[in-house]
Amino acid sequence: MFSAVASVLSGIGHRVIDSLWRFGASIRFFFYVLIYSGESFRRLHLTIREIYFTGVLSLIIILVSAFFVGMVLALQGYNTLQRYGSSEAIGVLVALSLVRELGPVVTALLFAGRAGTAITAEIGLMRATEQLSAMEMMAVSPVARVVAPRFWAGVFSMPLLAALFSMVGVLGGYLVAVPLIGVDAGAFWSQMQASVDFREDIVNGVIKSVVFGVACTMIALFEGFDAPPTAEGVSRATTRTVVNSSLAVLGLDFVMTSFMIVA
Amino acid sequence: MSDNIVEIDNLSFGYKTRLLHKGINMQFPRGKVVAIMGGSGSGKTTLLRLIGGQLKPSGGEVRVAGQVVHKQDRKGLQKLRRKMGMLFQQGALFTDLSVYENVAFPIREHTDLPESMIRDLVMMKLNAVGLRGARDLKATELSGGMARRVALARAVALDPAIIMYDEPFAGLDPISMAVICNLIRKLNDALGATSIIVTHDVQEVFAFADYVYFVADGVVAAEGAPEDLRKSELPFVHQFVHGEVDGPVPFHYRAPDYRQDILRSANV
Repeated sequence: MFSAVASVLSGIGHRVIDSLWRFGASIRFFFYVLIYSGESFRRLHLTIREIYFTGVLSLIIILVSAFFVGMVLALQGYNTLQRYGSSEAIGVLVALSLVRELGPVVTALLFAGRAGTAITAEIGLMRATEQLSAMEMMAVSPVARVVAPRFWAGVFSMPLLAALFSMVGVLGGYLVAVPLIGVDAGAFWSQMQASVDFREDIVNGVIKSVVFGVACTMIALFEGFDAPPTAEGVSRATTRTVVNSSLAVLGLDFVMTSFMIVA
Repeated sequence: MSDNIVEIDNLSFGYKTRLLHKGINMQFPRGKVVAIMGGSGSGKTTLLRLIGGQLKPSGGEVRVAGQVVHKQDRKGLQKLRRKMGMLFQQGALFTDLSVYENVAFPIREHTDLPESMIRDLVMMKLNAVGLRGARDLKATELSGGMARRVALARAVALDPAIIMYDEPFAGLDPISMAVICNLIRKLNDALGATSIIVTHDVQEVFAFADYVYFVADGVVAAEGAPEDLRKSELPFVHQFVHGEVDGPVPFHYRAPDYRQDILRSANV
């Protein structure tokens, strides 16, 4: 009995220590990436290439999702607003929901699933096939050559993707609200224009998407770099990227929203 | 200037629970081809990583061109690594690049040469390994032997003073094996480099190496010229060179008594 309890406690202890160790290692890794970023800025073509892979290739899934999210928001919003006779406010509801919350959050979740997993799998496989070791032995830092360009590409792509998500979402909402349901187009756009504040809504949304970009990209890079060099190791790392990124995005969203509302 | 470009002095290294090297001493003279042989898991590849500064020893030291490797800062280590080229077991070619770009990679990273000169250098290296015609292929389109040859061209792209080979013959057909053997010797002599080869393949390496170290139980178990080792009566060397199933290196992994093990599983 005693040994079983001791074994359970020991298991919990090991997990806690391991988690703390990994957290510390990821922070140290983050600083390494910042230190080596200068080299990647000098070779901007590497970062531009990664913006294509992480940003441009994520466009389809982001835009299609945004379109559907915007349409659903308009349907659900109209269903509630019409009970109170304020169906013209549908444009405000769609725009604020997208710009403040859904744009940055859903984009980050989709980004983690599409680009984050690709980054983790690619870097994990580079480690498993000794490509990173080969780079080290050629006196080339893998952090400068492989990691830093991907990091800045992710940080740069995320706000742009979130902005596009919000734009296409508003368009989806418009198509449902105006031509389909029959809400007045002038009311839809004018109320939106009057209610959406640049500083309070748009800038805060951009700040959120930049923070999500840093978090999602860094998690994906660290998991790939730290993955055990086996098929199972890369597979587990890829799963961890999606789970940890999603939790980080939702947790950070709560924290940032709290501060933004108080401010 | 010392005659030895790489010197290993009383080197110890181990992972968490297992001491892999227990005071190894080796010398690698300039211009020679030296092989490190030993059973699987005897720490041969780890020795290459210690020479390259990818691991730090727990005792003793590795000196490359007179510099203690593990005492170098980042810049010092990079400077030392520019004197080295390494051929990894599976080639470790960059899979998103073509053959040409793989060989050009270290040249682009470390020099400011114009594109026309880079092209000439890459063509020379690819011609040396017989793959000039494969320059436009992707790394994923190459056979194992071809990938190893491209990796060799990349390893010597900057004419290193030391070339390290990690299991260069593993998984190759006899023709590819003969090609790689021939290339190692030719490139070594043409570049005036020192080659360090980690391998299991006795017959191939004995045909062209100048000196051989046998590693077993964390120490150098035997060393000498191939012709001397072939005649050696040391039990370990004899077993290894003649490929005997049992000997000082047992066939069975450490296990409890066979009879007791069987009876115990019958009672479960």
